[in-house]
Amino acid sequence: MHCLGLKYFNKNQVESILEKAVYFKSTKNYTKSLQDAIVVNMFFENSTRTKTSFEIAALKLGARVVNFDYTKSSLQKGENWIDTITNLNAMHPDFFVTRHAYSGFAYYISQFTQANVINAGDGTNEHPSQALLDLMTMYEHKKDIENLKVCIIGDIINSRVARSHMYLAKMFNWDLSFYGPSTFLPQNIDIKIEKDLKQAISNKDFVILLRIQLERKSGVNIPSLGEYNKFFGIKEPIGAYIMHPGPVNRDVELDSTVYIDRNVLITKQVENGVFVRMAIFDFCISN
Amino acid sequence: MRTIIHSGLVIDPANNIQKIADVVINNDKIELVGNANGISIDNEIDASGLVVCPGFVDLHTHLREPGFTKKETIQTGSLAAVAGGFTSICCMPNTNPPIDSELVVSYIKNKALEAGFCDVYPIGAITKNQEGKQLCNYLSLKDAGCVAFSDDGKPVFDPNLLYTALVYTKDIGTVFALHEEELAFSKDGVINDGKVAFELGLKGIPNISESIMIARDIEILRSVSQARLHICHVSAKESIELIKKAKKEGLHITFEVTPHHLALTEDEVYNYNTYAKVNPPLRSKEDLDMIKNAFKQDLVDAIATDHAPHELDTKNVPIQEASFGISGLETAFGVVNTYLVKQNIISLQKAIELLTIKPAKVFGLDAGTLSEGSFANIVLLDVNKQWVVDTNEFKSKGKNTPFNNKTLVGSVEQTIYKGKIVYRR
Repeated sequence: MHCLGLKYFNKNQVESILEKAVYFKSTKNYTKSLQDAIVVNMFFENSTRTKTSFEIAALKLGARVVNFDYTKSSLQKGENWIDTITNLNAMHPDFFVTRHAYSGFAYYISQFTQANVINAGDGTNEHPSQALLDLMTMYEHKKDIENLKVCIIGDIINSRVARSHMYLAKMFNWDLSFYGPSTFLPQNIDIKIEKDLKQAISNKDFVILLRIQLERKSGVNIPSLGEYNKFFGIKEPIGAYIMHPGPVNRDVELDSTVYIDRNVLITKQVENGVFVRMAIFDFCISN
Repeated sequence: MRTIIHSGLVIDPANNIQKIADVVINNDKIELVGNANGISIDNEIDASGLVVCPGFVDLHTHLREPGFTKKETIQTGSLAAVAGGFTSICCMPNTNPPIDSELVVSYIKNKALEAGFCDVYPIGAITKNQEGKQLCNYLSLKDAGCVAFSDDGKPVFDPNLLYTALVYTKDIGTVFALHEEELAFSKDGVINDGKVAFELGLKGIPNISESIMIARDIEILRSVSQARLHICHVSAKESIELIKKAKKEGLHITFEVTPHHLALTEDEVYNYNTYAKVNPPLRSKEDLDMIKNAFKQDLVDAIATDHAPHELDTKNVPIQEASFGISGLETAFGVVNTYLVKQNIISLQKAIELLTIKPAKVFGLDAGTLSEGSFANIVLLDVNKQWVVDTNEFKSKGKNTPFNNKTLVGSVEQTIYKGKIVYRR
């Protein structure tokens, strides 16, 4: 089974991934469910956390990992997408883990392969493993993932993390809201928008901060990072837990002095990422 | 040599005819519409149960030749035209080289004559090489046979250049057919800027990218009162409001709607369906409702296909890289009949008018009627036949359409061009 996005998953499926991730973390019992499986990592965008995390997760389950380097691939010689995927598919890998700046890229790949495709982030569409590791981190801190109050602050229009969270919000009946400069918020879309920063962070279980993604042109929609920090950045500890998918622009979304506060769960998220990705591999291969 | 088409329901909006009648063809011309009793005939075509109407006129066809013959040729494109009931098509100049010289005009006209399926009217470029910089030789191009001017595929960025072109041509009675798009809003856009774009994470093309250019060009038109503008493939509700006002004011402005914009919405693009990627994009339900309203109010001047054939290699790629465009000639009537006539938005007669005499008038073409003495360009329609679109059966090289596998009502049964049967279903 593919993991292309949370829009394709139901609540039961998400819960079973979460349970498995928690089980892996607590028991360290890694049932080599990917023994001898071949995982091809195809990352067309830079990544520290996600790529390493998927790789470690695969290794822990007994898989072998091949890193496809597009800069040295025949795509550079003009080979087209279908031929590239068809040829890689002919080598019968068990998984493609893909990241690309194109929304829909993982879905596109899945049309041309029998391997399980896992979306490690596609453009501004979805980042399912990130949302699931956020969910696991929430579970660890609240023990209940139903009816949470969550606000996401940042460039919502360009955020694949925010979109994946919208599907979680529907499944678990969250009160999910958004905040940021108006140019970061979709117009004419039926979502809840907070009216100021104070509202955005008050009476919340979790506040998720998003990175100002300069590579996705967040920059042209705000005058400056300094003004963003002044009016939309978190400069002191707040009542809610703070999460961030990383990488953090320190002193833009989040001041360095707050980063070390105990309510900031960023490092926990990264730790949980490995277990969630193990659970995703395990879920995909056994379904 | 005389042929009679008998027992059909003749609909000829140009002459306000809608009745069971005979149509008598003498060689390549229409001799009579009415009762053919007593006239000696050589051939007969039984049109019982069918509608007999003038061959359709398309103001917006991409024939891709010269330059892009993998996508379409004048031969395949004009065969696709008659398979769709069109006997007069106007071809857009975004070829390679573009239609910006008399040489290319005569190349196209010769190729079209060679094919011999239908009339092909070249549309000249507004600017040399469609680069938006230098005016074309409008007077020479018009003499050579260009029926209008357009930089279709691209907007005319420079308002002063468009103004100058309109002033220069104001006495020759030509039309500028404008692709309205402000790239500052639409650059890198893939589909309509709306709920589907947000959900799929795709960069949107907002309505304002179209309407702001129409607003600008209405201002230009107002300052050159003899000029005439035709707005291509209108898709946004705001655009319709602007044009409606300009028409009320008495400005010489006309507009066309494509079959896909009068039938489909952005919902077609779910699952990253590249076949529904088109520019301007399929819009929201509100825009579609406004377009249907415009038909109800009789505001629309023409239905034009924007037939944009592509080889499938340019569609079977991630949607960001996919070409814009829909192959539209062969589904046009079925779509119009299914989505407008059968849904009681407009009458069959009105639909035929929008496919025949109305577009002919926009570009001043001698086409779109069954008047006695005119060329016998005739189409026979079965307006109740259900059929499933199968692009494998297309005459066009372009198999790119979101209507593939959809069921349509209304088929083109036979097309006659200058007295000869050029298509039979």
